This record gives sequence, C-alpha cells and structure tokens, in this order.
Amino acid sequence: MTRPTAIDWVPDVLAGDRRALARLITRVENRTPDSQAALAALYPHTGRAYLVGITGAPGAGKSSVVNALTRTLRERGQTVGIVAVDPTSPFSGGAVLGDRIRMVDLAGDRGVFIRSMANRGSLGGLAATSGDVARVLDAAGFDVVLIETVGAGQSEVDIARTAYTTVVVDAPGMGDDVQAIKAGILEIADILVVNKADRPGAENTVRALRAMLQLGHRLRTTLHHGELLRADEPPEEPDLDLWQVPIVKTVATDGIGLDKLADAIDRHRAFLIESGHLAERQRAGLEAELAVRLREALLARLVQERTPAAFEDVIGRVLARQLDPGSAVRALLDGST
Amino acid sequence: MSEEKIRVLIAKPGLDGHDRGAKVVARALRDAGMEVIYTGLRQTPEMIVEAALQEDVDVIGLSILSGAHMALVPRIFELLRAEGLDDVIVLVGGIIPDEDVPALLEMGVSAVFGPGTNTADTIAHIRNAVASRSA
Repeated sequence: MTRPTAIDWVPDVLAGDRRALARLITRVENRTPDSQAALAALYPHTGRAYLVGITGAPGAGKSSVVNALTRTLRERGQTVGIVAVDPTSPFSGGAVLGDRIRMVDLAGDRGVFIRSMANRGSLGGLAATSGDVARVLDAAGFDVVLIETVGAGQSEVDIARTAYTTVVVDAPGMGDDVQAIKAGILEIADILVVNKADRPGAENTVRALRAMLQLGHRLRTTLHHGELLRADEPPEEPDLDLWQVPIVKTVATDGIGLDKLADAIDRHRAFLIESGHLAERQRAGLEAELAVRLREALLARLVQERTPAAFEDVIGRVLARQLDPGSAVRALLDGST
Repeated sequence: MSEEKIRVLIAKPGLDGHDRGAKVVARALRDAGMEVIYTGLRQTPEMIVEAALQEDVDVIGLSILSGAHMALVPRIFELLRAEGLDDVIVLVGGIIPDEDVPALLEMGVSAVFGPGTNTADTIAHIRNAVASRSA
C-alpha cells in the first residue's frame, strides 16, 4: 500500500474534512519530510484564527477552563480548535494524554476539534510542532485556536510567543504568596484566571496576584507621563500602551465566570489591534521562531557536511587540552579541522 | 528529526465505573514508548470514534466490564466504518466470557485481553499489528 502524501490532504483540510485534518496533523507532529510542503501550501490560508494560550500550574484547572471557555465561545457562534499538550516521559518517550477527560462536554460538536499532543521532550510548555499544529487548525478555518500548555512552572513561557492572548490559570491553595513573586509565568499573563473560586482562600489568591501585578514588571508599564501609577487605578486619559491585566474568577466545572473570561479575551484582542501591539507580537513571535528553526537547520547542515571523524578529532583534542571548546567550534565552522 | 509514535486511544464505553485496568494498561503502553490518549469513564461509542478520528490513533483499546460488549463493539465498528476509519486496530480488554470471543474477533476485533493478561503481550500484539498494517 503506498502511503498518501501530506500535500494530497491540503485541499480536504481547507474544505473542512476532519479526517484529513487529523492525518495531516500527525505528519506535522512527526515532522515527516512531506509535511513541510503541506505546511507551505497551508500557510497562505493562516492568520485568520485568533490564538489564545491557556497555561498555569498543574491542577489549577486548565483543561476544565478550556472546556468551559469553548462552550461559551460556541454559544457566541465561534468555532474552536484545541491543541492540548501533555508531557512526554523522559524515560520511555511515551505519554499519557489525559486532557480530553475534562473536555467531554465538547463531544459531538462539529464546531470543535480537539487534538492532544505530547511535548516529545521539548521544554517551554509546548511541543516543538505545537505552533505548526495550531497553524493547520487556523488554515482549516477555526475562528479561535486554544492552546493548552503542559502544567507549567515558572519558565514554560513559549506560549507567549505563539498565542496572541495568554491566559494564566491559578487556583486557591497553590502556594500563592511565594509563587506569585518568583513566578516568571505570571509575567506573560495578559489575563489572570483564579479558577475554583468557590473554594476557601480564593480572595487571598486574588489579593496575592493583584499585589504581584502592582509590584512586578508592570511597574514599567504603569509609568505614565513619568509618574508611577497603581495598576488598579487607570490613568485619566486612556493610554493605548497600557494594558491592565484583569483577574477573572471562574468555577470552570460549573460554567461560572466564563462569560467574563471570554469578554476579557475580546477586550485584549481589541486592545492589541487598536494599539498596534498585535502586529508587533506577531513579528516578534515569527522572529523568535525563525531563529529557532535556523539554528536547528544550520546545525543539521553542519553535522551533515562534517564527517563524524572531524567531530571525533575535535573532541579528542579538547579532551587532551590541546584546544578549548570555543576554538573547537570555530574550527568546525571553518572546516579547518 | 522525523519520529513516529504509536498512538493509542484507551476508552471505557458503557456505564461501569471501574477504570483501574484501563489505567494500568495506559501506563504500560506509555512505558513502552507509545502515546496514549486516555478519555475517562462512561464514553459513548460516538465519543470514542470521534476521539479516535481527531487524535488519528493507530489503535483503540476498549475496557469493558459491564457485559455490554456484544452491543457496544458492533456499534463502534459501524461508526468507524462510517468515518472511514477501517484501518484502526481495535482491542478489547476487561471481563469477556470465552464464548463471546470468537464473535468479537469475527466482527473485526484484533485481540481480546482478559484479566491477568501480561501487559507485555498487549504491547507485543500492538507493535505487530501496527507493523503489519503499515507494511
């Protein structure tokens, strides 16, 4: 049986065929050679979907928020593609992907497409191909693409380069005070969600997050005409460059607060468009993506061009202290080994 | 750069609430390097086939303890065919009386694994079935 080529599925994907979409995504995830031509053919059809990232600590309720938010977006007439990333076991290379457990409400809705992805060893909260998979869903015509990251700690901030609006989900009792101060992940939040807001301690979590917003990197953006403003006091004249990170309380499992979250996403989107930040974000994201791809491609090319013996030789000389690692790299680059 | 993983959907159709076996199998398949999509309890045949389509899985593992396998399995095959998913390998685990096994295999089930099955046998079966399918 000859294996169909990914490019053959492109017209079907554009026409909304879900089977073709699913199979093409597999090729993209596997980074098969034929997936590159398919991605190239789909690329002109991308840029229409609004990309929203959902991140936060494990157990905060990311999948439940995705589930409930998707229902709200569907009520508002928008179609939704979902990319849900879970970690790959570093020992076996396998993974158990359990995000669908919390998304059973979305079954049977043709306006929703859920794809679980293992991160396949990639750090940063996403798989290396998550951005490409989101693009395929974009080209397939979904209005909104929700990207749910691996349960993230403090450094999994790739999502901010991929999504236009990043939602960070927190919950009561997750070590708020200390975490809020040290957590780099909060700095990427465009919207903060306190999920499980019916639980004791929810107000403490909101307070800790609000304090962090006032203390943290937002100080820079709250400098207004040289004057330091509290982040919860909007300036008298609306400042287009100032986005006030809202804190939205939800009880995702009961469907509470999701209208407010959907509204906050809409407001952030409008802010990004009106302020010109959307174009900036897209540009910065693409720059970062190209840098990563270029690095990978150059390394692959170099490894291909130099013989294994050349690498062995250089490693031997570095081990024998005849060559330092920096000079070894220059020698390999020049081919002067 | 290119890497292919066997993708498996582990699903529990029907109304019984015992998912320990399904979880043990899911973990064993993960430890064998497979990507396992675990969908939880009380899945309808429609939900299972929809998830299999969206996730583009090679294998569906059904855990059935409720005794409803002779109703659930034919329905799942019917839906798989309707979606053009004829090439997906279907395994059944759980409590299946011996006399029902030939009928299930006749329907297209690739193998039936009862209680006490060594997960290594399940893993080997999946690898062989996937390899012979793509050959």
